[in-house]
Amino acid sequence: MTLLAAVGRVFLAFLERTGRFTIFTLTALSHCVRPPVYGRLIGRQMIEIGYFSLPVVGLTAIFTGMVLALQSHTGFARFSAEGAVATVVVLSVTRELGPVMAGLMVAGRIGAAMAAEIGTMQVTEQVDALVTLSTNPFKYLVAPRIIAGLLMLPCLVLVADIIGVFGGFVVGAYQLGYNPATYLHSTWEFLKPIDVVSGLVKASVFGFIISLMGCYNGYYSKGGAQGVGQATTNAVVSASILILTTNYMLTALFFNK
Amino acid sequence: MTAHPKIQLVDVHKSFGPKRVLDGVTLDIAAGESFVVIGGSGTGKSVMLKCILGLMRPDQGSILVDGEETVGLGARARERILGKFGMLFQGAALFDSLTVWENVAFGLIQGRRMDRRKAREAAMERLFQVGLGADIANLSPAELSGGMQKRVALARAIASQPEIIFFDEPTTGLDPIMADVINDLIVKCVKEVGATAVSITHDMHSARKIGDRLAMLYHGKLIWVGRTADIDRSGNDYVDQFIHGRAEGPIKMELRR
Ligand SMILES: Nc1ncnc2c1ncn2[C@@H]1O[C@H](COP(=O)(O)OP(=O)(O)OP(=O)(O)O)[C@@H](O)[C@H]1O
Ligand SMILES: [Mg+2]
Repeated sequence: MTLLAAVGRVFLAFLERTGRFTIFTLTALSHCVRPPVYGRLIGRQMIEIGYFSLPVVGLTAIFTGMVLALQSHTGFARFSAEGAVATVVVLSVTRELGPVMAGLMVAGRIGAAMAAEIGTMQVTEQVDALVTLSTNPFKYLVAPRIIAGLLMLPCLVLVADIIGVFGGFVVGAYQLGYNPATYLHSTWEFLKPIDVVSGLVKASVFGFIISLMGCYNGYYSKGGAQGVGQATTNAVVSASILILTTNYMLTALFFNK
Repeated sequence: MTAHPKIQLVDVHKSFGPKRVLDGVTLDIAAGESFVVIGGSGTGKSVMLKCILGLMRPDQGSILVDGEETVGLGARARERILGKFGMLFQGAALFDSLTVWENVAFGLIQGRRMDRRKAREAAMERLFQVGLGADIANLSPAELSGGMQKRVALARAIASQPEIIFFDEPTTGLDPIMADVINDLIVKCVKEVGATAVSITHDMHSARKIGDRLAMLYHGKLIWVGRTADIDRSGNDYVDQFIHGRAEGPIKMELRR
């Protein structure tokens, strides 16, 4: 009997959380499209997400591109197909590694910061203060972050794509001894718009996930500094896992011919 | 005379888990009156204010503002009602991402859509009223002392000249002279602007100075409500013990021995 009650309690708690999360997401989305729009706040978040993440994302991208070139060169040597290195690099970077790596790095950087900031505001009653000043926290805190995430992640990924491919090119041309012109030619040769576009769409979805998880966990944090720390961890972990799962689903959607 | 009391609480209950905080609070507060709530630490004074503001939902009972039921209002109607209120939070709850003057002007800029330059002027005026100079206007709240933060929060609460102002321990943490300046300011808000004020305080000097009427909260109920002038003749042992700050009396502090 007690076992049954315990199972029931866990199940009810799960339902409650799911409901809470769904309502949070829908409310957040509705405030993204309804006026008034706080341009100033969106701008600030865009700078925070887009501009200040550039070093992290750039570094990740360049080393990813470099190591890809190296690995595929040594790996493909077994099949004597080293000519495919440039193609492998550009396709992996634009389709998968660009968006996923950038998504994970930004989740660590921005998702955590959002959860910590909103969480601190929640536990110090700043969110309550917002409400009493006739300002909707969804409009003021959540919507700008989600809009900025949606818009800025594709930009970041575009930069990551270019830097990643460049990293592969540097290794290919100057370390592995490929002819630079041939390398560049084979980079372009098999690249289709869908490769880049799918990556950017993924990026946008990841940006949404990062902002949503950051805001959600921050908004529902309680219990002082410890609760905020917990919320921060949850934001990063849940965003990362969601990024990896939706990445699989989106890939299946784009390339399931 | 208006037909309705400004604020009316009818049999309001609020519990946190097994812990009963408000246990049937019934109260009328007239328009233009300065009402003071006293009571021991942790008796639910702040919770009572938050229930009226709709930041917490009472488990039972009804709360009317200008004769309008506010329990269970939707977000938009709540926003309209909150436009009448100003709230000074016990912990100040200043927005630490904004400067001091932006905090004070927040309700004017976000709520009333006032021009930033005009709002800044109004904010400076308010800061001056709480004894703070222009030199701190561009600091961030974290750079202020606790008492200064409290005064900034007070300036923010009254900046948009709300009809109803809640002060949660306005003079706690201030020196006696500054506390008296704040008392005068609260009296002025009520007498000159015609606002309805509800203040929570532990400071009996301040309570006598600002309050027209006074209520004492004890074990979730209002055990005494009456004119502040009559407080010394309340005939209530609990009130007597509280206002004289005696350790001996009917109120037993729950100390472990
Ligand atoms: N969000 C909450 N969750 C759980 N319990 C709460 C919450 N807020 C308040 N309480 C409980 O409600 C009780 C009353 O809290 P409240 O903050 O209203 O006290 P107070 O009368 O304002 O005391 P003080 O004079 O110290 O400010 C406390 O015992 C507190 O533990
Ligand atoms: Mg309190």
